[in-house]
Parts: sequence; structure tokens; C-alpha cells
Amino acid sequence: MVDSEQKQLVLILARAFASNLSTPTLLADARGYLVFYNEAAEGVVGRRFSETGEMPLDDWIGAFEPRTASGEPLSAEREPARIALDERRPAHLSFVVTSADGVEREVEVSAFPLFAHTEEFVGIIVMFWRR
Amino acid sequence: MASVRLKIWGCRGSVPTPGSQTAGYGGNTSCVEVLRDDETALVLDAGTGIRALGLDLVARGVRHINLFLTHLHLDHLEGLRFFAPLWHPQVSLDIWGPRSPVLSLRDRILRSFSPPLFPLDFRDVPAKVTFHDLPAEPWRTHGLSLVSDLVLHPGPTLGFRLEGNGSSVAYVPDHEPALAGIDGRSLDWLSAGAIARGADVVLHDAQYTEEEYGAKIGWGHSSVADAVAFSRAVGAGRLVLFHHEPDHSDGALEALEQRARELAAAEAEAPVLAREGMVLDLC
Repeated sequence: MVDSEQKQLVLILARAFASNLSTPTLLADARGYLVFYNEAAEGVVGRRFSETGEMPLDDWIGAFEPRTASGEPLSAEREPARIALDERRPAHLSFVVTSADGVEREVEVSAFPLFAHTEEFVGIIVMFWRR
Repeated sequence: MASVRLKIWGCRGSVPTPGSQTAGYGGNTSCVEVLRDDETALVLDAGTGIRALGLDLVARGVRHINLFLTHLHLDHLEGLRFFAPLWHPQVSLDIWGPRSPVLSLRDRILRSFSPPLFPLDFRDVPAKVTFHDLPAEPWRTHGLSLVSDLVLHPGPTLGFRLEGNGSSVAYVPDHEPALAGIDGRSLDWLSAGAIARGADVVLHDAQYTEEEYGAKIGWGHSSVADAVAFSRAVGAGRLVLFHHEPDHSDGALEALEQRARELAAAEAEAPVLAREGMVLDLC
């Protein structure tokens, strides 16, 4: 890389891909920072990305109070995004969140690690659906 | 510290186009020499332009050559087999290129360097050839630095930035940044944004007219309008239109240049067409 601020090409391509999807999708970089979510995701989380900006993904997820269907707080170790970031493997889970607009929603979340090369982890892509 | 000086030996895209209709700007495919004051050579890409360069390097007695490949599409590689220094036992040639998740740089290049695509095998080459994946950190030599980054084009493809003595050049011959967006993108989200940011000169893909691009989206190349938009977005000094469409005659290229100048009317420096033999001196 020529500049630590330059996004890796895989993330640039993933953003272009996500921008054209009607499936809610977000991207986080290898540091675990939320770097983008698409318009479809804005509809689920209740806030535009331009209002959010880049921030630690854990902080962003935490704001939605993720919890199990029975109301138990969801530990970070069980969150698909955290698993994809820490263990660099895909993960999937259903859980409940409260959107920024105060609406409680049950969501299905799938997270995948992104590798530019076999050993070059550049971030994750997370897709989610309202149940 | 050395300034950056370049000589263009080939600027045609896709396939060589010899003939009277293309004699003005040249029909050889991509090859650019970074001019040096010592007995080494630094070359960007090995399109057919490298054939004439090779003869020149032999005549100049150059024995050590660093060749940097943006990618391995044939129009950036097809001249290598006819690069005269390769057939000289006293020459050492270091070839640098993009990493691939699948095959080594050597194995990928050797595909085109063996029967049935070529009568000789690579082991017949007398020069001492070494293959390197381009490192992430800057590559430096005699006051010049070269940095690379992956850019938006099918397959692993690099753009280069050369800096020396306060001057800088970006070389992004095959690039379709519009696929991921140009206008409205911050530089960190712009493909090749860091490579080209504030460069004095940007040699950039401008293969198509705006009308032609509509039928070629996703092929990895830019319209003249996107080349101008990219140059503006990175704050480049001068845009040099590169990777000319094979179907474009000299006249068609000049119409393209005129269009680029209309689009860049507010810029300090007018875009120019790359041309074989052109020397860019950033002293």
C-alpha cells in the first residue's frame, strides 16, 4: 500500500458491489472499523451512513443492543461480524436489535472474511435480512 | 536526488496497430522508460514498445535492467520475448510484477514463453533473469522511489507512482475507476487515489470516447471523460492520455484530445495525448 488511508482494492470493489445491492450490506476493514453500509442497510438500522461515518464496528453494533430472541444480551463472541473479524471465518446468526429509529427488529446476519491474498485479510462483508 | 524523466516507447492499448493511420502517435503497446544517468535501466511494462527500447539499451551498453509490469495482459507483456537484452548473457534483468493468489509471477510469465506459443523455452534465455513480486513498501534506486498499489482492472493489476527530487508521476495505463465511482468519492475510496494524488503528471487510461465506453463497461478501461474526472479528483498537474484504442486513427485520437481539453477547460494544464518518442521531463 502506498498510503495507510487508501482503502484496499477489495474493499473498494466490495463497496461498489454493495452499493448496487438491495440486500442490506456493511463493510468493516481489517482494524474492525465500520467503513461503509449501503442504502438498503440504512433502511434497517434507521440511520444514513453519512450521519454515522467510520467508527469501531463494536461500538456501532452495541448501539443496537443485540440480544437473543429471549431477550438475553448477545455476547460479542457470538456476533457473526466479530467471529469473521477475529477468527476469519464465515458466521451466521439470528438475533434481535433495536434500530436507531427505536423499532425492534429480528435480523438474520451473515458475515464473511475478505482476503485479497491467502494471508492478506482486508476486512469483512456482512449481509443481513429482516425476519 | 534525480528528477523523474520518462520516455514513451509504446502507448497503444490492447493490440499493436502498425500502419499509416497510427504513425503519428504510434502503434506499439505499452512501454515507458524511466530515463537514467547511469548504466542501469528502469522500464515500465513490456508491450511491443520494449522491442525498440531493447535495441537502444544494447547500443547504450546497459547491463542491468529493472522491468516493472503493471499486469500480465498480453499487450503489456508481448514484447518481452523480443527484448534484445534478454538474449545477451551479460545482462541481468529483474522483473517485478503483481502478486497472484494462484501462480508465481515466473510461472505466469513463462506460460507465454514456451511452445506452442513461442518456439524457444525460457531456459534458453542467456540473460540472468530474476522474478519478484512487487513489495508493499517503496522500491528505491538512486534517488528515485517507486510505489505500487492494486487498481481497478480485471485480474491483479498495479498502478505505479514514481517520485524524485520533488517531482512525481503516476502511471496507471489500464484502469476503470468509474466502476467503483469517481465523482463524489473521497480519495481513500478512489481506485489509484493514493498512487496519483497530487502527481505532477498522470499517465492514465483514456481508451474510449464517451460513446464507445457505453458498450465497453467492465472491460477495464476508461472513457476520456472518466480519465479527466480521475485526474481532477486526484489533483494531478497534467493528464497524459494513454492506452489508445486500436481502432483510433491519429485523427480520431486528436478529436479525443480535443474532447479532453473541453472537459478539462477549468484545469491549469491541458491534457495531452501520449505519443511514441515523447519525453516527459519533470526537472
